[in-house]
Amino acid sequence: MSRRGAAFIAGAYEHPRRNIPDRTEAQIHAEVAVGALADAGLAMTDVDAYYCAGDAPGFGPISMAEYLGLKCRTYDSTETGGSSYLVHVGHAAAAIAAGQASVALITLAGAPRNGGTPPGAGAAFGSAPESEFENLWGSSIVAQYALAAQRHMYEFGTTSAQLAEIKVAASIHAQHNPNAMLRDVVSVDDVLASPLVADPLHRLDCCIVTDGGGALVVVSPEVAATLPRQCVKVLGQGEAAKHGNGGRIDLTYTGAVWSGPRAFEEAGVTVADIDYVSIYDSFTITVLITLEDLGFCAKGEGGRFVLDGRLVAPHGGLPFNTDGGGLCNNHPANRGGMTKVIEAVRQLRGEAHPAVQVPDCQIALAHGTGGSLATRMMSSTLILGVTDA
Amino acid sequence: MLPTRAAKQNPETAAFWDGCRNSQLVLPRCDACGELIWYPRRFCPFCASTAVTDVAVSGRGTVYSFTVIRKGVGPYRDAAPYVLAYVELEEGPRIQTNVIGVDPETVHIGQPVHVVFEPVLDPATPDQPPIAAIPRFMPSTEEGSGSR
Repeated sequence: MSRRGAAFIAGAYEHPRRNIPDRTEAQIHAEVAVGALADAGLAMTDVDAYYCAGDAPGFGPISMAEYLGLKCRTYDSTETGGSSYLVHVGHAAAAIAAGQASVALITLAGAPRNGGTPPGAGAAFGSAPESEFENLWGSSIVAQYALAAQRHMYEFGTTSAQLAEIKVAASIHAQHNPNAMLRDVVSVDDVLASPLVADPLHRLDCCIVTDGGGALVVVSPEVAATLPRQCVKVLGQGEAAKHGNGGRIDLTYTGAVWSGPRAFEEAGVTVADIDYVSIYDSFTITVLITLEDLGFCAKGEGGRFVLDGRLVAPHGGLPFNTDGGGLCNNHPANRGGMTKVIEAVRQLRGEAHPAVQVPDCQIALAHGTGGSLATRMMSSTLILGVTDA
Repeated sequence: MLPTRAAKQNPETAAFWDGCRNSQLVLPRCDACGELIWYPRRFCPFCASTAVTDVAVSGRGTVYSFTVIRKGVGPYRDAAPYVLAYVELEEGPRIQTNVIGVDPETVHIGQPVHVVFEPVLDPATPDQPPIAAIPRFMPSTEEGSGSR
């Protein structure tokens, strides 16, 4: 059963703050929930399905259901790291299509700058069967992307200057976002001059660490038809785990090689139809490999593809992350998937900043990568369209 | 020496860590399909067999990818710069480890390496024999690698 058109995103809200010492994580969940419902023109009492990831405070979705006062008929706390929220949109669309929900609320919140879970969430993985075969070697979250970057450079001749173009494009967008944590435009030379953290990744190849969060409201077509707000159609979603494969890992690709085709098939569109992309940008290399894997260019061509401002809105060939992305704007709770969907919704509503709004944006793609490139990840691709797409 | 500690063991991984203490790299091989399995487990992810047999491998390999970590974390906070790598074993599996005994700036993909077992001492009784060992890799002579 295709979920194409089975659900619409009626509300989207990004917390405006990036450093929140004066709120609990539950409180931030509540603030973004209220924000997204207000955007949709709905109330908390309308919500009959609730989605959060495994990092929500308490016991799965149950503690937050109690805190928020929810009495839903569907709950889902699927945990796939930063890609969780794209997965949640797809699962919410399936629940709506199956008649199990009509108004689904998805929330993300966290405060890693103020004592929340640190990047990489290492402690959460202590009981994983693989953990002692990785933790003994002094690994870091940056290193688990650097290993993939190094191999990509070896196989395809990708350069640090090419990776830097991705950060430059994000910074050009972020200058227009008053809430962005980093608003200064940077150059390729700035990126290359920033300290190496784990070769070949520099400090400016890495996303930022921010407090905050966001929320989405996904509704049935019947509910969408009653709302005054412009709703965004869910066209397709795919997900795929990619892992070490018994020790035969190949670092040159991600799970996007599987999640992408699943989403495109369900949506009935191709890469040529995509007007705007939100690409998970935990690190610059994440963007480059994902663009290849989704088919925007051939494998190994990513380094050349991102040159000459191709990713820069509004007139580049493939405008990306027009909010400034996780590299410059926001990477709340170390999970970039929520903000990827929110900026895609803004673009399709024509509500991105005028300086970066893609003209006549009809079809957008958002992609999340949870986990890490050099070990295991969950990739999720979500394709959205305007109301009548 | 980079920080060492004894790995937490369980029934699935005891044979691997026992092997390290005896200076042997021991991996499970699937009795049904014959594939070597990394990381060690009593289950074959290739064919779903629960019958595996531990076998010693050569301990030789090449660097598949690497990174020089400039900012260590946790116990490695003061150890940087050091090398985290994927070593592709001669027998196929790619495993994460450190490359040691070499200037980090000279490590490169394709470099021949071989396993060494670094002893883990009990901090309470450092004069006693090691309580465990963990595998790291050192560069082999490039010339000798072709004839192995």
